[in-house]
Amino acid sequence: MPEWLEKQLPKLVLAPSFIAVLVFVYGFIAWTGWVSLTRSRLMPRYEIEGLVQYSKLFASPRWDTAMNNLVVFGLLFIIIAMVLGLLLAILLDQQIRTEGAIRTIYLYPMALSMIVTGTAWKWILNPGLGLEATVRGWGFEDFTFDWLVNPDMAIYTVVIAIIWQSSGFVMALFLAGLRSVDGEIIKAAQVDGIPTWRIYSAIVIPSMAPIFLSAFIVLAHLAIKSFDLVIALTGGGPGYATDLPATYMYAMAFSRGDLGQAAASAMVMMMVVFAVVVPYLYSELRAKND
Amino acid sequence: MTDLASSSPPRAGWNRRLLRWMLYAILGLFALYYLLPLFVMLTTSLKSLEEIRAGSLIALPRDVTFSPWATAWSSACTGIQCEGLRPYFWNSVLIAIPAVALSTMLGAMNGYVIAQWRFRGANLIFSLMLFGCFIPFQVVLLPMARLLGMMGLAGSIPGLIFVHVIYGIGFTTLFFRNYYVTIPADLVKAAKVDGAGFFRIFWSIFLPLSLPIIVVTVIWQFTQIWNDFLFGVSFSEAGTQPVTVALNNIVNSTTGVKEYNVDMAAAIIAALPTLIVYVVAGKYFVRGLTAGSVKG
Repeated sequence: MPEWLEKQLPKLVLAPSFIAVLVFVYGFIAWTGWVSLTRSRLMPRYEIEGLVQYSKLFASPRWDTAMNNLVVFGLLFIIIAMVLGLLLAILLDQQIRTEGAIRTIYLYPMALSMIVTGTAWKWILNPGLGLEATVRGWGFEDFTFDWLVNPDMAIYTVVIAIIWQSSGFVMALFLAGLRSVDGEIIKAAQVDGIPTWRIYSAIVIPSMAPIFLSAFIVLAHLAIKSFDLVIALTGGGPGYATDLPATYMYAMAFSRGDLGQAAASAMVMMMVVFAVVVPYLYSELRAKND
Repeated sequence: MTDLASSSPPRAGWNRRLLRWMLYAILGLFALYYLLPLFVMLTTSLKSLEEIRAGSLIALPRDVTFSPWATAWSSACTGIQCEGLRPYFWNSVLIAIPAVALSTMLGAMNGYVIAQWRFRGANLIFSLMLFGCFIPFQVVLLPMARLLGMMGLAGSIPGLIFVHVIYGIGFTTLFFRNYYVTIPADLVKAAKVDGAGFFRIFWSIFLPLSLPIIVVTVIWQFTQIWNDFLFGVSFSEAGTQPVTVALNNIVNSTTGVKEYNVDMAAAIIAALPTLIVYVVAGKYFVRGLTAGSVKG
């Protein structure tokens, strides 16, 4: 092999992937951004018309529902999953003999597809034969649990299902964090007679701040991208009561044939993701390069 | 718990035991909570429809029947076709195997270059690839659909393989880069002095060290691709759908009687490959999850 080629080899090996990322990530984002500024319907058009699609988007009651749902769903999901994850991690951190087995059980839903999770919870929560009928069968004739078909409550069933799926993962993150706290400090505190709950609240949890941030980023990311779970569990319904930005985008792109709206909603989703992720990644990369 | 030690010893011991007992009870209750949906799926899939209508959600099946499984596998209807999950299960296999292999190989080479053959701009390239991991895929859906159409790959399995490889590179590169960065740079220097070239060093030094990270990457990619729904539903057509799309079609098809037992059997079949991977190699699965979320 000639020497110049040998020297350029690393760059040549990296080049195809780099070009692929440039074209298929950044080029495609640019394309979508461009189309979001046009009056494209079924076919893309390339004459820039300004922000018409965005004003149409923000005036759309369906998009309004989708964004409201994202806020309610996202906040509830992130808060409950973090609290539950932290609680389970602390409970598991007490020298539990069967820790390995319990951890395996708590985490397995993460291996499932959201479609499987949605299918399972759709069956459990269906009012006719599921949980409601079962509890009524126990003699509580008036028991009602019809959230799945109740437009005001259906979004909370999505929260229930995603917490079941992801809280074990948050537990695993926090457990790794608890284990990384310096054992000497904890021992010293125990010697000083500081109660366990104080050790956790004053020493252990504050030192885990980076893990909280990571967990928040991952969960927020998961919430914004949520698509399959809603499709499988509620199909976005009743009506479009459980629409999220991702299902709105999909409906515009593939069933309504409104490329302009699909592109504009995708761009808004990306901006929301980047508002959460970019500061985090930026600080991570900077910290690493220093 | 040390505060309890200061009170009188016998009471402390009793208190301590009560606390431990409560701790195990709570952990056990949560284990039930995580297991119950799987239990309900399994028992429902083994009941007849009459028994489902008459009985309770959490009751064990009185007469175990495997016919829902047979139906789910080979004759349930996904829309107008009634061939069960079987053809779609194989579609997912055909998509996942090459896509996992290709994206893992590319990730290994990229990670090797970025971690060990640093050149000007390598860090920028890595950052650009890393940001690519985080985009919501909705933002590339429309142009990708058009590109696949232009390449003649619309609605085809090679098209889906292509998409999964492209959007998998970011993560696989990240995994390998973070692994190779811990290997001392002197190793490459020494090998170069001995006359070994770029590929030789990779083959004889780095690859033999890479088994753990290959396992983590393969498991991560396999789980992602097997469980994918968005790309599958956007870029497939009637015979090329992956198993997740077919499952959703079976469950949400509106024709005929709702067969909950078949739905549950189908859901378990679709979940089995990733569940088995998790049970067999859970340690590596968790490592991938945490590496994929706590970058670096």
